[in-house]
Amino acid sequence: MIDRLNLRHFDGVMLAAAVGLIGFSIFTLAEATRDDIPGDPLYFVLRQIVYALIGIGLMFAVARIDYTRYRELKVGIYSAMIASIVLVLMFGAAARGSRRWIELPYFQFQPSELAKILLAVSFAAFVIERLRRGTDGRQTLRLLGIGLAPAALVFLQPDLGTALVLGVITIVVLFLAGVRWTHFAAIAGVGAVLATTVLVVAPAVGVPLLKDYQVERLTSFLNPSDDPRDSSYQTRQSQIAIGAGGKAGRGDQATQTELKFLPERHTDFIFAVIGERYGFLGAAFVLSLYALLVWRALRLLTLSKNLYGTLIAGAIAAMLMFQVLVNVGMNLGIMPVTGITLPLMSYGGSSVLVTFMAIGLLQSIHVQAQLRTRDSTAATALLR
Amino acid sequence: MYRHRPAEEPPRKGTPLGMRVTILGGIAVAIFSVIFLRLWYLEVLSGDRYENLANDNRVREVRVQAPRGEILDRDGKVLVANRTELAVQVRPQDLPKPGPERKAVMAGLADVTEQTPGEIEREIERVQEESAASPVILDRGIGAGKVYFLRENQDRFPGVTVERVFTREYKQGSLAAHLFGNVGEVTSEQLGLPRYAGLEQGDTVGQSGIEYEYDRFLRGKPGASRIQVDALGRPKGQLRSEPAHAGENVRLTIDADVQALAEGALGSFGLPGAFVAMKVDTGEIVAMGSTPTFDPTIFTRPLTQRQYDSLVSEDTDAPLANRATQGLYPTGSTFKVITGIAALEEGLITPGEIVNDDGAFKLDTITFKNAGDAVFGPIDMSDAFKVSSDVYFYELGDEANVQTGRGGPIQDWGRQLGFGEPTGIDLPAESEGLMPTPAWRNRLFKQDLTDRPWSAGDNVNLAVGQGDLQANPLQMAVVYAALANGGTIVRPHLGQRIETVTGEVLEEVRPAPRREVPISEETRATIMEGLRRAAMEEGGTSYGVFGNFKFPIAGKTGTAERGIGRADQAWYVGIAPYGDPEIVVAVTVERGGFGADTAAPVTARIMESYFDLPQTPAVPVPARPETTE
Repeated sequence: MIDRLNLRHFDGVMLAAAVGLIGFSIFTLAEATRDDIPGDPLYFVLRQIVYALIGIGLMFAVARIDYTRYRELKVGIYSAMIASIVLVLMFGAAARGSRRWIELPYFQFQPSELAKILLAVSFAAFVIERLRRGTDGRQTLRLLGIGLAPAALVFLQPDLGTALVLGVITIVVLFLAGVRWTHFAAIAGVGAVLATTVLVVAPAVGVPLLKDYQVERLTSFLNPSDDPRDSSYQTRQSQIAIGAGGKAGRGDQATQTELKFLPERHTDFIFAVIGERYGFLGAAFVLSLYALLVWRALRLLTLSKNLYGTLIAGAIAAMLMFQVLVNVGMNLGIMPVTGITLPLMSYGGSSVLVTFMAIGLLQSIHVQAQLRTRDSTAATALLR
Repeated sequence: MYRHRPAEEPPRKGTPLGMRVTILGGIAVAIFSVIFLRLWYLEVLSGDRYENLANDNRVREVRVQAPRGEILDRDGKVLVANRTELAVQVRPQDLPKPGPERKAVMAGLADVTEQTPGEIEREIERVQEESAASPVILDRGIGAGKVYFLRENQDRFPGVTVERVFTREYKQGSLAAHLFGNVGEVTSEQLGLPRYAGLEQGDTVGQSGIEYEYDRFLRGKPGASRIQVDALGRPKGQLRSEPAHAGENVRLTIDADVQALAEGALGSFGLPGAFVAMKVDTGEIVAMGSTPTFDPTIFTRPLTQRQYDSLVSEDTDAPLANRATQGLYPTGSTFKVITGIAALEEGLITPGEIVNDDGAFKLDTITFKNAGDAVFGPIDMSDAFKVSSDVYFYELGDEANVQTGRGGPIQDWGRQLGFGEPTGIDLPAESEGLMPTPAWRNRLFKQDLTDRPWSAGDNVNLAVGQGDLQANPLQMAVVYAALANGGTIVRPHLGQRIETVTGEVLEEVRPAPRREVPISEETRATIMEGLRRAAMEEGGTSYGVFGNFKFPIAGKTGTAERGIGRADQAWYVGIAPYGDPEIVVAVTVERGGFGADTAAPVTARIMESYFDLPQTPAVPVPARPETTE
C-alpha cells in the first residue's frame, strides 16, 4: 500500500507544509467561526475537514500518476476546461452578480478553480510542442492566445481574481519555456496598454469593460471610506485587525473578528483573523509555511526529469506565489481587493481540493524525479 | 541539472533555463520579503495604534443624561420636576446610505413619528449641521405600542433606537410660567463659551429664565455608558460605565400660594399686565407674574412657527413676554415718589410748604391740568400724595428742570433709584427702561427722530410719570423698597438657595444690594405718611380699596397715558405694613384705566395672601369726584 502510493519518494517537507497549512486553517476556523452559524459552531470546521480529507486523498491519487501522461491528453484536457467554463457562463449559479459555480449534490463546484491546474498541465504541453517548431513571434502569439483564452472567459463570469491567476500561469510557463525577451517586452507593453484601456480609456469613452464594483475594488484601497459595504472598509478593517493583533495576538479578545467588523472572515480575509488572533507570531508562522511550500515547488524546476515537469512546477509555484501575494497583500492593505483565496487557508471546497491536486502534481513530479534517479543509480550499479 | 533534460528537448535559443528559474526564485524572495516587512510594520511597529482603532470600532460611548435639578418654591413645593419619556432617536452615521434602503427606513420611521420622510431628513440634516456625530431625537413621549414595534423590527431600522430622555414637567401647570424659562440642546455657539465647558453636543441646558440663570446647578453631570457593539452597531455587552449625577435643586423665593392668588387676581381682568411682590429689605421676590400667560409644557415639544408666533405676536398680547421685567411703560403718578424725594433732598421745597392747587399749571402757552379737572386748593407734600395732586408736582417738575445734559434733580435721583438700568435680577433679558434727559431728546431731535428739542414741559410731564419715561414694575418695586427701607437699592432675586436632593443647603443666594441712596429720614417719613394717607384716609386715592385693610399700608395709584386713542394704563405700588415695611407690591394693568380700579385691588389681594388675611371688603366710596392722579 505504502509502496503503491510512492510515499517513499514524496517530498516530505512539502507535504508537511501543506498539511500544516490546512491544519492551521481548521484550527483557526474552529476558533473564529464558532458563533457564525447559530446553533452550529462546527459548521465551517467540519466542512473544511471533509474538504481537507478529500483533498489529501486526491493529492495522493494525483501523485501516483506520472504527470507525463497528461501531455498526450493536452487537447482533451484543454477542451474540457474551456467547456466547463463556458458551461458555468451559461448555466452557472449566480452570486453577487457573477456566475462562478455549478451546483452539484452536496457541493458547489467552481470550474475556474480547477481550470488553474488544467491550464498548467495542458498549456505546458502545448508550449513544448509548439516551441519545438521554432521560437518566432507567430508561435509566441499563438501560444499566448491558447493560454489567455480561459482567462478571458473567466474574466467574463466575471471573476477577475481567477482570470489574473490563469494569466500569471500562462506568462510564467512561457517565460520558463524560453520565449524570447523581446517577445516578453512586447507582451508587457500590450498588457500595459490593455490595462490602461480597461481602467481608464474605456470608462472615459463610455464603454465600461469592468463592472463598477471591480473598478472600485481595484482603486478603493487608495481612498478608504467608512461604509461597511465598501471594499476599502474591508481592507481598513482587515488592517486594523492585523495591526491590533500585535506581536502575540489577542486570542479571544480579537474583537475585530468576534464582533464581525472584519468581513469574509472565513474566506478571503482569514489571514486577518490569524493576524488578530495569533499576532505576528501566528501570521509569520503561516507565511513561513507558504515560503516552504513555494521553495519546495521552485526546487522541482531543476529536479524535474523533463521540461514538462519543470513547466508544470513553475506554473503551480507561480500560482501559489501569486495567490499568497494578492490575498495576503489585500489583507495587509497593499493590494487591491480581488477575491483571490488564500490556498489551503481560506474556507471553501473548490479552492482546497484544487490546491491539494496541484500539490499532488508537484509530488508526482518529485516522485518521477526520484524514480529516475533511483533507476539511473541502479543502472550505474549494474554497469559496475 | 541539464542531466535530467530528456533527449527530445529542442535546443533552445535565448537565456538558459537556470537563469529563468533564478529570476522566478528572486521574485519569490521579493514577494515574501515585502509581505513580511508589511506584516512587521503593522503588527510589531504600529500594533498599539491599531489596537486603539479596533477599540474605537467596538466601544460605543453613550452619554447618559443627568436628570435636571428640580425647581421648588420657598416652602419646598415642587414647581418644576422631570418626567422620563421614551424618545425615538437616530444615529445618522448608522443609517443606510441614501438609496432605496434608506428610503425604506425613513418611510417606516415616518409612520412611527407621524412626520413625512422629508421632514425627518431635514431634521437630521439640521442637527448634523450643528454636530455631525450627535444623535437626533425625532419624537418624544412615544407610546408603548410604538416602542414594541421598533424593538421587534430593529432589523428594519438600522441606526434607530428608543432612548429614555428627561422632559421638564410643570407640577403647578402654568403657575409662574414666565420665570422658569425653557431647556434645550446646547447650541454649537454656546459650546464655545466657558459657561458650557465640559458639555457636549446633545446635552440639555437651560436656555432662558431660571433654567438659564441657575443652569450650572440644575444641569447636573452627564455620565457615560460604554457598550461593546458589533459591526452592525448591535450592543454586545456592557463595559465599565460612569453614572450620571443629578442636578441640584433650586429653591426659589417665590411663594406658590401668593403667586397663584396674584395670577388669579390679575388674570381676572383679561388684560395684559404684571405684578411683583418683593421683600423690601432683601429683594426676595415672593411673587412675580405677567398676563397673558402660557403653558410652559409647549416648549417640551417641537414648536411650530404658528405656535411660536402666537406667543410673541402683538395680536395675542405676546404671552411669552414677562411684563414684570420686560415691560417698557410710563408709570403715571407712581413716579411722584421719585419727584418728591428729589425735591425734598435738593431743597426745592420743604415738607410743610403749601402750594395752592388751583387745578391748572401754566407753562408759557401750555396748560397742564389735574386729572378730572380737580381742584385741591392749598396743600403740602403729604396732601399732594394723598390726593395725588398733579399741579403740585407739575410745579416741582418745572422748578427742577435743567435744559441741558443729563437733566436736573429728578433725573439724578431717578437714575440713583434705578431707572434706565437693569435691576440685576436673576432672570435674563431684563429691560433697562428710559429716564428721559435733555441730552437724549436733543440728540433724537438732531437725528430728526422727534419733532422738538427738550423743553420744560418734558420735565413737567416727567414729574408725574408721563411722557417719555419707560420703566417696568420690578424697577418701581425697587424704588418703593428703597423708600421703605431707608435708601437701600436692593438687587431683586428669585433664587433663594441651592440644595441637594435631600435638602442639604449647598449655597444661599444673597446678592449684595446695588447701592445705598442717602434719603433723609424726614423725606422718607413725609412721603411714607402721604402714601399711608392716600390708602388709609377718606379722600385718599386708594382709600376705597385699602380703607378697611387690617393694618395701615402705604400706596400710590398711577394712571399712565399711553397716547391718543389708547386706553390708560393702571398702576399701583404699595408698601406693607406701613409701620414696619416688609413687602412692596407693584402692579400694572395695560388698558386698565384708573389705578385704583384695577391695579390697587390686585395689590390688596396679593398683600392679603402674603399676610394670610381674609379678603378685605371694599370701602363704599360715595360717587368719587375724579380727583385721583
